[in-house]
Amino acid sequence: MIEIKNIKKNFGDHVIINDVSAIMQTGKCNLIIGTSGSGKTVLMKCLVGLFEPDSGQIVYGEQSFTEMDNEDRKELRQQIGMLFQGSALFDSMTVEQNIMFPLDMFTKKSYPEKLIRVNEVLERVNLKQVNNKFPSELSGGMKKRVGIARAIVLNPKYLFCDEPNSGLDPQTSLLIDKLIAEITEEFNITTVVNTHDMNSVMEIGNHIIYLYNGTKEWEGSNKEIIFSKNEKLNEFIFASEFLKDAKDMRMLEMKGKIDNNRNMDELLK
Amino acid sequence: MNILTEFGRFLLMIKGMFSRPENSKMYWKEFMHQCSEIGIGSLGIVIIISIFMGAVSTLQTAYQLVSPFIPLSTIGQIVRDTVILEFAPTLVCIVLAGVVGSQIAGELGNMRVSEQIDALEIMGINTKTYLVLPKILAAMVVVPMLVVISAALGIWGGRVAAIMSGIVSKTDYDKGLLQYFQPYNVFFALAKAYTFSFIISSIPAYYGYYVKGGALEIGRASTKSVVVSCVMILFADYILAQLLLNSPPGS
Repeated sequence: MIEIKNIKKNFGDHVIINDVSAIMQTGKCNLIIGTSGSGKTVLMKCLVGLFEPDSGQIVYGEQSFTEMDNEDRKELRQQIGMLFQGSALFDSMTVEQNIMFPLDMFTKKSYPEKLIRVNEVLERVNLKQVNNKFPSELSGGMKKRVGIARAIVLNPKYLFCDEPNSGLDPQTSLLIDKLIAEITEEFNITTVVNTHDMNSVMEIGNHIIYLYNGTKEWEGSNKEIIFSKNEKLNEFIFASEFLKDAKDMRMLEMKGKIDNNRNMDELLK
Repeated sequence: MNILTEFGRFLLMIKGMFSRPENSKMYWKEFMHQCSEIGIGSLGIVIIISIFMGAVSTLQTAYQLVSPFIPLSTIGQIVRDTVILEFAPTLVCIVLAGVVGSQIAGELGNMRVSEQIDALEIMGINTKTYLVLPKILAAMVVVPMLVVISAALGIWGGRVAAIMSGIVSKTDYDKGLLQYFQPYNVFFALAKAYTFSFIISSIPAYYGYYVKGGALEIGRASTKSVVVSCVMILFADYILAQLLLNSPPGS
């Protein structure tokens, strides 16, 4: 579990994050959603320590991340995996070397042991025969999967994904979303995903935080989001005419997908 | 950002490099990789520059020494001292500022904008120690070696030019090389090489490490790092000459 307590972050006079509090739940996909410039990435970078919040507290389990010294942070970071928007794979290394890098750095395993672990995680993200390829030889979706494999190779307790679907086609996006959800459940990790992709929200959003201009505007789950009365959230969700039509014309099907046990007559009221 | 702020941030980067390595074996591997990149990668250009530098020095010195009262062996002596004192350390390091400097700034800049540095930070690795320190240490180990090679090749290039052009005989040139040799000059050349190697590795590392933006900014950072390194080399060259040549030991 990660607890965010009253986080504030400014760049100069510009307020980016304004008093955001939330609890990121263990074993669930916690989504931070919002328009571009709403502060999602800054909040995530505060969570992993790439930015220092101006005030507030971030607590990992029982440990206060904001009050830790560098050495303790280093220790904690070995329990954190992160998938970056552009995958952030090391260009000069092969896929195998990329995934093996955290093992090389933080374990004393022998090469065969490390190779077994690398192949395990590659198999887990449904990639085979790519060990000796360089990142430049991979497609966008494959890079993301290698990024996920590298992020989980040390069995982290916390997984952060920054825009995991950016630049991917809807089909591949769905695969990545499912993979993130499966890994979260399988390893019981606390996953935080930054996205503005509504498909992801509906697919994997066990717990959703909607940011608007740096403020937490709404919090709930994918089962609740569609019925939300929050105007700003609805503007965000139904930004396109297509989605508005989808809401008006196909509400029943959409609701049905979310909860098949609901009474349709009740939903029509 | 003003010059004092930049200098302060540069000093903080240098200070930040000194922390306990997470895994000494990996740092050693990175250090050796950088030695190879900087040393072997620059060897070709250093060889070419040094030979021609020595050859041209011989021809131009001979052109200027027209007095019949000056023995021809003096040409060898002048070429030796010029190459050791100035050409090998300064000229080679200015060239290396372009070759090695742009490579370091480009590599770190690319890692910064593609979030590879952030990825390392999140893994719990001190990126200043892992990425910057091995580059600076490697430069400080291999650049003086390159300078020594350059000095030897420069003197040899001058000898070849002297013999081929027939300006000075082999015997006169060799005699000149041996006369009035001061070992202190080699110390001075190495002092310059160590200073310049720090400049040509740390300044580009600074510009690359803190780059913001995209490909265009990486290019700009790379160019700026080379320009600043060259200016700093010339400035340091003057300071070192003032400090070490105006009061050599025993004077």
